[in-house]
Amino acid sequence: MEVHVDRGRCAGSGLCMSYVPAVFDQSEDDGKVLLKAARPEPGTAAAVRGAAARCPAGAITLSGRDAPGGTDTRGR
Amino acid sequence: MPHESAPVPLHTRRTHFDPADDLRRLTADGPVTRVSLAPGAGGEPLWLVTGHEEVRRVLGDHTRFSTRRRFGSREPAGGDGERPDEGVGLLMDYDPPEHTRLRKMLTPEFTVRRMRRLQPRIEAIVAERLDIMERAGHPADLAELFASAIPGPVLCELIGVPRDDRDDFLRRCHAHLATGRGRQERTAAGSAFTRYLAALVARQRKNPDDGFLGMLVRDHGGDFTDKELRGICVLLMLAGLDNISGMLGLGALALLESPDQLALVRDDPAALDRAVEELLRYLSVPHAPTPRTAVEDITLGGRLIRAGDTVVCSIPLANRDPHLTADPDRLDLTREPVPHVAFGHGIHHCIGAALARMELRIAYTALLRRFPGLRLAVPAQDVAFRVRSTAYGVERLPVTW
Ligand code: SF4
Repeated sequence: MEVHVDRGRCAGSGLCMSYVPAVFDQSEDDGKVLLKAARPEPGTAAAVRGAAARCPAGAITLSGRDAPGGTDTRGR
Repeated sequence: MPHESAPVPLHTRRTHFDPADDLRRLTADGPVTRVSLAPGAGGEPLWLVTGHEEVRRVLGDHTRFSTRRRFGSREPAGGDGERPDEGVGLLMDYDPPEHTRLRKMLTPEFTVRRMRRLQPRIEAIVAERLDIMERAGHPADLAELFASAIPGPVLCELIGVPRDDRDDFLRRCHAHLATGRGRQERTAAGSAFTRYLAALVARQRKNPDDGFLGMLVRDHGGDFTDKELRGICVLLMLAGLDNISGMLGLGALALLESPDQLALVRDDPAALDRAVEELLRYLSVPHAPTPRTAVEDITLGGRLIRAGDTVVCSIPLANRDPHLTADPDRLDLTREPVPHVAFGHGIHHCIGAALARMELRIAYTALLRRFPGLRLAVPAQDVAFRVRSTAYGVERLPVTW
């Protein structure tokens, strides 16, 4: 799985960092998301999918294997 | 402000923790319905969005759903000195690019790490309130002594209001917010509040400390007008008082009504994180974010919304949408966190979310530790709820221990 973040969209909630600190960080300069690992360990895939679904700005997208279709993992 | 005798607007009606039946019934007509929120009271028909997916779509699309008010005094109002304070700095009413400009400067002041620096101060504030409650003896009103008493001092701490000024500041703030939200002439208390903020801003301009206002002035001094800095303080008070007191009081009640779930979270900080997310979802204290105005014709949830129409998003209904999570009407503190919209969504997502989460975590933990035998002092159906506020909550919550 590959993780992409759109810093232009990021609302700076820090939610992703709280959720998966191994993959996301929050910049002290602008409060926005920083990607620590674009290809996270397979063990964190579920948590990363959760963070992408919960991101209040839709700023996290996933691609590749075990990525859900688009940013939305809730399947409606 | 609605008049006391006016009917409670439809989208704010609740029964205990749940959206009221007449509100809930609307979801049978689909995720988007045309209603009048205050039937018979001159309420214009508008669109009420009740589906989780549709709410995220509206809140996530600021180019087609504007938060700028069509009516009222929010527009820049000429060069006179007094009135234009109204609405200045209130991020939730701004569209880009004005929103982007202000939010960009504010966001770094609200990072998770910066909020963690406030943690010891919040813990001290909470402990002090619990001391007061303990001294008062039981039965005690948890709404007054705990839920309503914590958010004000925390916001003062955040903004940098000196300790000696706080009681006065909060009194004026309450008076100001109670009267000043519509437009109306400012009351004496309202202008006293504005004057105090002006003095606070002037002091920080001259001698910035390392608090929130001091940092803003130091990092972006010239980019903010004094009026904007005052407005941002008002925004924080508006957003942080009723919402947090609502969550603290209702959350305590919800925990007390589910003793076995309470036991699950009392001693396990990791479980509490999850529990806070579930309480945020289940209780959904903010009824609705700022109404949006459709900028163009848009089809949403199978309905045609016309340019210029007003769109209101129901937070409690969106967070109880069965498409969001299974069995949404059940409070399950072990529920895997879901993308609830209690803090909104999109560019207006609550800037203070990290602070709110931390404050709730600290306050619930300390409350349960201090009073392990905490219980209601009245039957649950006798609890008085706060029905006229931008955020739901309890009016009184008599407890014993
Ligand atoms: S969850 Fe989304 S909005 Fe929040 S910091 Fe991460 S990327 Fe930004």
